[in-house]
Amino acid sequence: MDLHHKPTVDLQGYSPEIRALVYDYTLQLADTSLILGHRLSEWCGHGPILEQDLAMANIALDLIGESRSLYQYAAELEGQGRTEDDLASLRDAVEYKNPLLVEQPNGDFGDTVMRQFLFDGFHFFLLKELQNSPDKGLAGIAAKSFKEASYHVKWSAEWIIRLGDGTEESRRRIQKALDNLWMFSGELYTMTDTEKALAQAGFIPDYSGLLSQWEAHVGKVFAEATLEVPQNVFMQKGGKTGRHSEHLGYLLTELQYLQRAYPGLEW
Amino acid sequence: MSQQKEWPLWEVFIRSKQGLDHKHVGSLHAADAEMAIQNARDVYTRRMEGVSIWVVESKHVHASNPDEAGAFFDPANDKVYRHPTFYEVPAEIKNM
Repeated sequence: MDLHHKPTVDLQGYSPEIRALVYDYTLQLADTSLILGHRLSEWCGHGPILEQDLAMANIALDLIGESRSLYQYAAELEGQGRTEDDLASLRDAVEYKNPLLVEQPNGDFGDTVMRQFLFDGFHFFLLKELQNSPDKGLAGIAAKSFKEASYHVKWSAEWIIRLGDGTEESRRRIQKALDNLWMFSGELYTMTDTEKALAQAGFIPDYSGLLSQWEAHVGKVFAEATLEVPQNVFMQKGGKTGRHSEHLGYLLTELQYLQRAYPGLEW
Repeated sequence: MSQQKEWPLWEVFIRSKQGLDHKHVGSLHAADAEMAIQNARDVYTRRMEGVSIWVVESKHVHASNPDEAGAFFDPANDKVYRHPTFYEVPAEIKNM
């Protein structure tokens, strides 16, 4: 089955260094979307109401679909004969490059919505810029996923406002989710060496520009939701360079079970 | 926001492509119209079924009474002259 096949990108003009950087970055984006998509898929059949169960499953499928395209492209960039399945299913936690935010457990519906909201803004503004990347592989995938992310960003923002400006209990719980998850938001914008080098080379946007757009977006939504951003928080980081929380190991055990138990299975 | 536990029911109408009518496709629960439209998008247009969505709260739909169906609809049964079947349709008209 190959619903997401894309034309091969001409990589002839790339130096080995650039190619390695683009590979590394593509894998980071792929891991991020796969892990968050998997987390959301854990809600399937457990959503608070049928309609939101489906909404989360739809977003999960968008993210997993995006990760497939990225893994396929990463495999092509690597050129070592590994496939999308190898990259997704046969790498250990330390090789995963997703930021800590997306591996955090689902918690209650409010925790999930908050995790999604903090990520969606980042994802949306990044994809918007990435469509203009001189790297045709990344630009093409970004263009397709940008439409999906535009819906995600709307979905999670509306839920933040509903829950924040809702009942006493919903406000208390969504504020608690914000207090618990805010410390993982900084890593999204802390550039790794790979990201700095690619931004320098003009392949990806500098994240300071994304950050100011994101701050305006979350600030506006939190104000409407009557939520308060916690102050003086020490920002956690490490996921993008392979230092993960304990949660990722458990997640991968489930995600990778099939491929490890039955080597060679294809999606 | 009211503290009611159950969200109201909404009826969903989808237009499958430009030029066609909105058709009733089902119903769902939502707290307000905006959420109803979003939910309808997620529940009923996952496979490219639509280009436009209408929602209306089910309580605003007034229905005919099934018990009166006989009195309502049977009298039309024997009035074939109300059907435009006595006309020749010109050959160039494709959809009629």
